[in-house]
Amino acid sequence: MFRNIGEIMILFWQTLNALPLSWRHRRKIADQLFEIGNASLLMVCILSLFIGGVVALQTGPVLVERGLSYVLGGMIGLSVCKELAPVMMSILIAGRVGSAMSAELGSMRVYQEIDALRTMNISPITYLVLPRMVAIALALPMLVLFAIPVGWMGGALVASLNNKIGVDFGSFFSDLRDVVEVADIWNGVIKSLVFALAIGAISCHQGLITRGGPRGIGRSVTKAVVNSIVVILILDYFLTRFLLLVQK
Amino acid sequence: MKSAPPQVQNVTVEVRGLRRSFGDGPVLDGIDFKVEAGEIFVIMGPSGSGKTVLLKHLIGLETPDEGEILIQGEPIDAPGLRDKYRMAMVFQSSALLTSLTVGENVGLYLKEHQLLPPREIAAVVADKLKTVGLAGLENRYPNELSGGMEKRVAIARALVIEPQLILYDEPTSELDPVMAVAIGEEIHKLKDRLHATSIVVTHDRDLAFGIADRIAMIMNGKILFVGAPEQLKKHPDPKIQNFIFAELLIRRYHGNERIP
Repeated sequence: MFRNIGEIMILFWQTLNALPLSWRHRRKIADQLFEIGNASLLMVCILSLFIGGVVALQTGPVLVERGLSYVLGGMIGLSVCKELAPVMMSILIAGRVGSAMSAELGSMRVYQEIDALRTMNISPITYLVLPRMVAIALALPMLVLFAIPVGWMGGALVASLNNKIGVDFGSFFSDLRDVVEVADIWNGVIKSLVFALAIGAISCHQGLITRGGPRGIGRSVTKAVVNSIVVILILDYFLTRFLLLVQK
Repeated sequence: MKSAPPQVQNVTVEVRGLRRSFGDGPVLDGIDFKVEAGEIFVIMGPSGSGKTVLLKHLIGLETPDEGEILIQGEPIDAPGLRDKYRMAMVFQSSALLTSLTVGENVGLYLKEHQLLPPREIAAVVADKLKTVGLAGLENRYPNELSGGMEKRVAIARALVIEPQLILYDEPTSELDPVMAVAIGEEIHKLKDRLHATSIVVTHDRDLAFGIADRIAMIMNGKILFVGAPEQLKKHPDPKIQNFIFAELLIRRYHGNERIP
């Protein structure tokens, strides 16, 4: 495990060093961006809408019962933008994009395509890892920025349509505006950027160390997704503590 | 646009005391030989004898447990060596990038190292594909080609580099005899045209005796012989004789008795 962590850190560092070459690889980055953004946007909308809705459904009746219906908008607003949108979207992207990255690189490794690149003095880091890392680091925060208002909308819809809650759109968003600040949205975006880098580094590393044919590729994909999700949840705790400290 | 490296044709390759183990036993057990500049050096041996692992060490894809590999007197892992000497390898599986077209595969080296503008790359690609008899196939994908065609695309991709050292891993495996002869002729023509040092790993005896300036015989991770093809045929070691003269028809009609 420690060896893997070390290798991931080295891969991340090498990718950072290759960052000035991003402009040269802009077409590959654009392709990856399209792949991540286009394929995930609908899923992000659906997931986010229902997350906001479920939070409203679970908490709304309890708050209304205690005469606290006026805090519903702010509570859902904060929980969606600071926690639910970045974490859930990152888990979605780890499953959708991280798996694809590790499968693609794993297959290239098993079928010697990466060896072929090395023999041509083409670095797999700049040719394969850099465009994927840059693309996911741009795409995931953008998706989260998109997911936040959709999640709020889901919460507001359930709050207004559910007869046990009955908080109208106006009251919901008025409370949300009072509580949620731009810094809270940035909080979610920063978290998603860190999660994106973790997903990219873990998935690319897992792909690059794949061994043993189709079964090995399958194993790599599973490991990439599971490890990414575990790391997202662990990082979330520490990032939350750090960002709470900074926000004070 | 970068300028191409200086045109130093062909390099020497020296292997000293190379050892490599995987798991229980050694795969390469103290390999020593020197490949002279510009020659076709064939490494021949039965399946599982360590040929491909040796070849991967020669181009720096594997790191030895012990020993060293010198390219023109410099260690293979020396910084900047790959910028100094142009090296290419034709893989047994061809190892074409399946997400790229044939043209993109062949022009990849020039494009990624920014050696030529796109229009000139297209011209070079067309020329190299013509050289290997695949003119006009630029827009096909590797999975639309036969095994022989894939191999020739891999050779075209290596040619684009204008290598000073070119390594071939089982270039005739999975090919019919006619195609195998064509690939052998191609390797010979390339040597004449580029004057590159060529190292060919194979168990195809026809290919080995047809193209080699010198042959190294490897068995169980050890080099048993290095020398001219004619000397190898006369070598008294029964293991070498068994490998060189293994013929199904001879065995069926004469048992293990050698035909004079």
